[in-house]
Amino acid sequence: MPTLTINGRSMSVDAANDTPLLWAIREQLQMTGTKFGCGAGLCGACTVHVNGEAVRSCQTMVGDVAGKKITTIEGLSAKGDHPLQKAWIAEQVPQCGYCQSGQIMQAASLLAKNPNPTKEEVVAHMDGNLCRCMTYSRIQKAIMRAATEMRTASASGNERRPT
Amino acid sequence: MNQHVKNVTPETTDLSRRSFLVGTAATGLVLGYAGVPGVSEALAAPSNLEPSVWYAISPEGLVTVTCGKADMGQHIASTMAQIVCEELGAKWSDMRVQLASNDPKFNDPVLGAQITGGSWSTMMNFDAMSRAGAAGRIALAQGAATAMGVPASELVVRDSVISHPKSKKQMSFADVVKSGKATKTFTADELKAITLKTPDQYTMIGVSVPQLDIPSKTNGTAKYGIDVMLPGMAYGKVVTPPVRFGATVKSVDDSDAKKVPGFIKAVTIDDKTQTTSGWVVAVANTYANARKAADALKISYDGGPNAKLSSQSLLDEAKRLQGLDDSGQYFVKDGDPNAAFGSAAKVLEAEYTTNINIHAPMEPMNATAEFKGDILHIYSGNQFATRSGAIAAGAAGIDPKFVVMHQLWLGGGFGRRLDADMMVPAVQAAKAVGKPVKVIYSRENDMTMDFSRPLTYQKVKAGVDGDGKLVAISHDVVSAWPTQRWGIPDFLSPSVDKKGPLDSFTVNGSDFFYTVPNHYVRAIKNEMAHNATPSGQLRSVAPGWTFWAVESMIDEIAAATGKDPAQLRISLLDGAGKNDGGAQRLRNTLLAAMGLAGYGTKKLPKGEGMGVACVSSQERATASWTACVAHVAVAPSGEVTVKKLTVATDVGTQVHPDNIRAQVEGAALWGLSLAMYEKATLKDGGIEQTNFDSYTPLRMSQMPEVAVAVIANGEKATGVGEPAVTVVAPAIGNAIFNASGARVRALPITAEAVKANMKA
Repeated sequence: MPTLTINGRSMSVDAANDTPLLWAIREQLQMTGTKFGCGAGLCGACTVHVNGEAVRSCQTMVGDVAGKKITTIEGLSAKGDHPLQKAWIAEQVPQCGYCQSGQIMQAASLLAKNPNPTKEEVVAHMDGNLCRCMTYSRIQKAIMRAATEMRTASASGNERRPT
Repeated sequence: MNQHVKNVTPETTDLSRRSFLVGTAATGLVLGYAGVPGVSEALAAPSNLEPSVWYAISPEGLVTVTCGKADMGQHIASTMAQIVCEELGAKWSDMRVQLASNDPKFNDPVLGAQITGGSWSTMMNFDAMSRAGAAGRIALAQGAATAMGVPASELVVRDSVISHPKSKKQMSFADVVKSGKATKTFTADELKAITLKTPDQYTMIGVSVPQLDIPSKTNGTAKYGIDVMLPGMAYGKVVTPPVRFGATVKSVDDSDAKKVPGFIKAVTIDDKTQTTSGWVVAVANTYANARKAADALKISYDGGPNAKLSSQSLLDEAKRLQGLDDSGQYFVKDGDPNAAFGSAAKVLEAEYTTNINIHAPMEPMNATAEFKGDILHIYSGNQFATRSGAIAAGAAGIDPKFVVMHQLWLGGGFGRRLDADMMVPAVQAAKAVGKPVKVIYSRENDMTMDFSRPLTYQKVKAGVDGDGKLVAISHDVVSAWPTQRWGIPDFLSPSVDKKGPLDSFTVNGSDFFYTVPNHYVRAIKNEMAHNATPSGQLRSVAPGWTFWAVESMIDEIAAATGKDPAQLRISLLDGAGKNDGGAQRLRNTLLAAMGLAGYGTKKLPKGEGMGVACVSSQERATASWTACVAHVAVAPSGEVTVKKLTVATDVGTQVHPDNIRAQVEGAALWGLSLAMYEKATLKDGGIEQTNFDSYTPLRMSQMPEVAVAVIANGEKATGVGEPAVTVVAPAIGNAIFNASGARVRALPITAEAVKANMKA
């Protein structure tokens, strides 16, 4: 039984090593925020972080991530208050909302490395994530808003970061 | 006993036999139309009553609105809560929403069924929700007046508090509910007599309040159909045949599937509802194992009667049918175009086509079925609970009254979830293995078995007199008939030539608001396409293709008569006769879009152009007046870059301005995606595109600038989810013509087609 480190907790899953991480997370651990969209790495709905990198969990096998640090939308922040999540609410981004966990996880991996992305960098980083409701312009605005907030917060010290 | 089983009497939309009830119970105050006959007796013993509910107020003062509409991203649940909240006088932070089951008491008060589509919801429910809210306010105020010993007429209701300014007494909604003093009931007539607020009194309508569903869609907690987990549940993966419809399973060899750990059974579907054909479900303990087992099944098929058909066959058949004088039925028959063509100075003829399009919502189709005693429970995000419950019952071989549909958030609908195919494998698999089963389509199943937007072929003939005036249009529309497939006569319309009902959802939009004295529209059913590619309603439905033809042809007429295409439209929107009112609103909307886009104000660089279109989508009776100016650049290679889309829309009354903008922008980008990027094809009876590598909706990098102007002129609220889809393709086509001289008549628009049509 593989043991996975997800959102800071160690959990064993009853799944073969060649099981896509997506299904182990959703069914075994019943964390359903990570979504199935295409099963082929083409839409980004299943995006999670493995050691801080955004990966498509439908293309990542359980056996390949044992011992690595996995983060899902449920673990991105303690109270759903990551700057991106707050920006997503402020910009009223989601329509159907189904792709948005993946969008937020994809965006979070960008801002972790590049706190001041240009619009072109945002588009290049996000282009693999489909949104069938076509909320793309609000996604862009929310990423820019969150980036601004994160820069402001880090400039004034983490202890003063607005919550 | 299940509540649905009690309510077996078909509901009517006639509210006269019902009474609007306000009764207190341990759970709080419930407000709604009584769904039971014999209301007067029931009132004598309110504790025994099970009134149907639009919303309830808990002893804590929380107001929970039950939404009988599918919420697929249009935030309709939140909108319904907003309309109730306006008249009720509640505080927005006290409002909550929940999704309804298929209990008939939650049926749309106008449509008499649970169906979400047509951009109808706000328009058709605005009045009922307003009256429900107002009745609650009146009942609460009377209760408070009794409790406080003051006249009800002196009370002020605001932010969930009822106050009496003279005595400075006040009670919260929670206090009144707990007091048990809110007992007023309303008959249907009394309800109708309530004076609603006038727009100048609105404090909630027109305000962009935070949508109630959005926080849960940023942290992974929103539950969609695919997220349902039931104890002891198994998982099903469907195996679908290479032919879209008409194949049958000859044999299933599960010897390799049996080697997959956790495999339970391969279930061959026997679909008496004829929603599916030739499907098998591999059931296993996990979805990953179900997929493995599905891949290991060796199935042989009889391809059936459609196995040799292609998109070309469907198009050839459409052209053959259009060429026959006696095919189809008339949707519009004004004057005599054929006579007018005889005396016209100029006659134009053109063919317009659209290819098959796939809904592809991000959440693949899925359903979970569980038999519990006599009751079949279905968990699935669905746009048409009334019909889907009946399909589930048909698949189970039971009476529909024993089916309970549990609604969840929809991971995209766009019309796809009006259909109920996913019910069938879930129900039959659950029945076969004796456990709850969640069936999830792979993306490949989802795309190849879509109830797609049909391939369409339209021929338009226009006659212009010696003064350059448009005197006649004859318009033939050939397509599969998606709505007829539902088998519900009420959704069909009588033909003008009395040749039997036609599917108006294939021709809506062709009955435009231009003044054209001689005008025929013929709806022709392409039986071959109907059988080979069972079609569905795709966001915006018929106006998505009829306006492609009409609005392209209007531009062709402008070019042929040397007129500015926008000015020609303005002159045709003169509001004569039956077009009075609508035509003027559409004209004004077009002018607004032109103004916002700077149409005609500056010379554009070579290779660039602007094009206009204006539409009365969705239906003539439910129009939101929408216009678009597209700005494009066309390269010598024929490659088109859409630089900007400017969309104006007249929605009458705005409930939630920010949401309207979100919907209009999303709809416009759908229009762009359908115009330029989405194409499905039929080959050997099957859809060739299987995933997002070959069927390619718009991505972020392809998004142009979109400017939206919303006109709210105080008329009745209209829908916004779809109309902007329909205006974009013709605006782009017309812009391409103005930029390059190339007239394109087929969707999607390709660089090859543009280049081929450029004048050398």
